[in-house]
Amino acid sequence: MISAWKSVRTIARRELASYFASPVAYVFLVIYLLLTGFFTFTVGAFFERGEASLISFFVWHPWLYLVLVPAVGMRLWSEERRAGTLELLLTMPVTAWQAILGKFLASWAFLAIALALTFPVVITVNLLGSPDNGIIVAGYLGSLLLAGAYLAISCMTSAMTRNQVVAFILAVVICLFLILCGFNPVTDLLTRWASPGFVDTVAAFSVITHFDGFQKGVIDTRDLFYFLSVIGFALFATGVILRNYRAG
Amino acid sequence: MIRIENLVKTFGPKRVVDGVTFNVERGEVLGFLGPNGAGKSTTMRMITGFIPPSAGRVSVGGHDVVDSPLEAKRLIGYLPEAAPAYPDMTVHGFLAFAADMRGLEGEAKRKAIGRVVELCFLDSVVHQNIDTLSKGYKHRTCLAQALIHDPEVLVLDEPTDGLDPNQKHEVRNLIRELGRRKAVVFSTHILEEVDAACSRAIIIDRGRIVANGTPQELRGMSRLAGAVTVAGQGVNGDALAPLGRVEQVDGAWRVYPQGARQAGELVQAVIELAARAGWRLEALRTEEGQLDEVFRRITLPDTARA
Repeated sequence: MISAWKSVRTIARRELASYFASPVAYVFLVIYLLLTGFFTFTVGAFFERGEASLISFFVWHPWLYLVLVPAVGMRLWSEERRAGTLELLLTMPVTAWQAILGKFLASWAFLAIALALTFPVVITVNLLGSPDNGIIVAGYLGSLLLAGAYLAISCMTSAMTRNQVVAFILAVVICLFLILCGFNPVTDLLTRWASPGFVDTVAAFSVITHFDGFQKGVIDTRDLFYFLSVIGFALFATGVILRNYRAG
Repeated sequence: MIRIENLVKTFGPKRVVDGVTFNVERGEVLGFLGPNGAGKSTTMRMITGFIPPSAGRVSVGGHDVVDSPLEAKRLIGYLPEAAPAYPDMTVHGFLAFAADMRGLEGEAKRKAIGRVVELCFLDSVVHQNIDTLSKGYKHRTCLAQALIHDPEVLVLDEPTDGLDPNQKHEVRNLIRELGRRKAVVFSTHILEEVDAACSRAIIIDRGRIVANGTPQELRGMSRLAGAVTVAGQGVNGDALAPLGRVEQVDGAWRVYPQGARQAGELVQAVIELAARAGWRLEALRTEEGQLDEVFRRITLPDTARA
């Protein structure tokens, strides 16, 4: 008897291997690292700040991931639908849940690898000054959760269509909404005609609001809960979409 | 092994599968025939648990496909239509993945891969990427995946589609061989495959079973079945006319049996007539009936569908 967890692992291993089977994975990693470097040092004025922190590194992540994470997640289910392998996968002795979790964890691990490869920036800031490494660890945790939330949404949009481009665009739109509803210029605009309570409620749905704490080194259970529930909800929705697709 | 009761699948207002009932036992190879869009693939997808039935029940090895899908799926090897496979994997990697998913490990896994590679003639492409394979190889790779855990039930959706005549022959022999120990269902629209591989055949049309029987029985439904064709010097239709309806076919005469005559009687009568009339017979045979004639008569062509 094959245990549930073993099926998840088998699916995740295959999925992760398929990223590295094509040069796309390496191209992605290079682009990711170049962009983080560019935003941190050039746009974020890392050196000019004169402070030993990674604020200028993490602050761009919600925007950077907006394009990069859907690019990683868009193929998860749409490619299976297009190639017909979905039928193969789901007629093997696994539940849809195990398949969804396995595929999600594999691409999350891929994003974690990309994030881990930014370690030189941590070394740099430690060589130049004495930053609070606790804040940096919290920042990395927040960044990983943020990537997970975007990824789960990409996973959901990917299950909706056999076209990767459509999946990508839908994911970007939803993630953009999750940024903008807590983005200061937008909330400032809202306060002109809406009550502060309403604005706060809308902002509570935003990844920006919940990512802020992590950047400051605060690991709040409410923020953890937010990211994990976005992931949970989007993966649950993926399951519902796949079930409806199969039911016809 | 496979029990299907009153299976129904509706897509919107359309009843794609409409009350299909049949059983397949171990040691049986069931050919599933029907025109395109008759509901063959949909039925197979319901057997393998890919799509849920709108009504009715499917059980495999005593496990209901809807209530205990994992137990049922473990018993099934499935080759979907168009034989999908992950294009970025090598044949070996793909088969190893299938083996892992079926819970095979270590020596058992290695042996299983070796066995299906040999069975499906994949030796020469084992380390090749699937997207570089020809259609025939890709097809057999997917078939190998279905056989990896030596399943008790095989569901094969058009297993010979896209193969060349030699490969078709090999795959049919393989199916017949496997059918000795397993319950096999395979769909096809090539009628000769029914004779080549099946112990029983079902013809479905517009979601309903329109014929169910051994290839012999199905052929017996042909108008041609039991007719006697006779050729030779002196043979003439007028003399044969009292025996039944007579028709001239390619220089020979064919007499169709009338009423419930025994198969042997008509040919006996023709022989006696020939002896009396002094015909020099060159050929004399009793027709078995043709499957394609049966098929065309009981299923509706595409053009007749609204």
